[in-house]
Amino acid sequence: MADPDDATLARAGLPATGRGRLLLIACGALAREILALKRAGGWNHMDLVCLPAILHNTPDRIPQAVRAAVEKHRDAYDSIFVVYADCGTGGALRRVCDESGVEMVEGPHCYSFFEGNAAFAARDEITAFYLTDFLVRQFDAFVIRPLGLDRHPELRDMYFGNYETLVYQAQTDNPALDAQARAAADRLGLAYERRFTGYGELATTLERLA
Amino acid sequence: MSDEEDDIVLSELDDDELVQQMQDDLYDGLREEIEEGVNILLERGWEPYRVLTEALVGGMTIVGNDFRDGILFVPEVLLAANAMKGGMGILKPLLAETGAPKQGKMVIGTVKGDIHDIGKNLVSMMMEGAGFEIVDLGINNPVENYIEALQREEADILGMSALLTTTMPYMKVVIDTMVEQGIRDDYIVLVGGAPLNEEFGRAIGADAYCRDAAVAVETAKQFVSRKHNQMAAGG
Repeated sequence: MADPDDATLARAGLPATGRGRLLLIACGALAREILALKRAGGWNHMDLVCLPAILHNTPDRIPQAVRAAVEKHRDAYDSIFVVYADCGTGGALRRVCDESGVEMVEGPHCYSFFEGNAAFAARDEITAFYLTDFLVRQFDAFVIRPLGLDRHPELRDMYFGNYETLVYQAQTDNPALDAQARAAADRLGLAYERRFTGYGELATTLERLA
Repeated sequence: MSDEEDDIVLSELDDDELVQQMQDDLYDGLREEIEEGVNILLERGWEPYRVLTEALVGGMTIVGNDFRDGILFVPEVLLAANAMKGGMGILKPLLAETGAPKQGKMVIGTVKGDIHDIGKNLVSMMMEGAGFEIVDLGINNPVENYIEALQREEADILGMSALLTTTMPYMKVVIDTMVEQGIRDDYIVLVGGAPLNEEFGRAIGADAYCRDAAVAVETAKQFVSRKHNQMAAGG
């Protein structure tokens, strides 16, 4: 099956197939990565439903969206796992998961678990702006347009003036994405660093469920 | 009609029309027009404080209300703020000379580990517009910065800002340190930032959580006036 397209993952997410005993409820920005891991591991008992990735830009809406997805699918699966980290919800998503009796990924956000939570925390780099494979592909939809930089490029330094580096956390080796990420850094006036992370603790977390 | 005929010549408007036009221009983020309008009103003999409150703060209040109501979004607010900054640049030195009313002094900064300052800068500007003196510590401030500045400046208010859920708990570190040093009640502590809410503000021991810049101004005014009343009653 072909991977879902990014625009759909951003706005609509991905529906469950109804096959499998374990349902993963994930951010749309992780769909391709989860499907790749699932294929590689032969984890046919896992099904995947994704919420719209654009919730990334309004994290206060994530907990309720996850709660609704858990309630909607609960009866059709033996168990459910939430493939979100805290993701800017300030502990609210953790409370929803606890109340719903489901587990979630450890860590503050995907940038952290892709790199490894301990390693990411140890870097303590506060002037880095991160992009993943998905966010490089969706840079315009998730960064440029929501911040109005397409219409008002002069606002760039009000948003990014205190940042120093754009770090592209690469999940895959893809020279085209590397070039796109470098162009994104140039556009934001930031130094560029590509950092290969692979799937990091997303992989180890899902392996534990396999 | 040609574009030229449509153009509004600010200097040809009477005062009321000009203030209305400046509020519209502020809404549209037109910095040069705002600077021109400020200069025209000053040339007509307006006090700097009156220009500030009626044209700039009045316009920015409309922007703030429409942002709160979901009519305007962050980029438009930033453009409006940039326009207001242009006007403030002209007025600020004059305000100091003409003895505009002083509400109190606020030390403000983004907390340690956080480099985001858009909200903080908006609050600073609106507080200045409302007559508060601002000591802006910038970004990434450890507790020592706040406490040293509060004492050095003999400030009335501490404002702390954070955009990240990972950095907002640091506000409690600052407040706890103030408690330990026995100085917590010497200051009004206001906190703000996108991931915060009232519950968080209460939990960390702040005096108030401020949802946006307009609320920060109103809250600061209320607390300062309460403090003055208490001092008057006590004295």
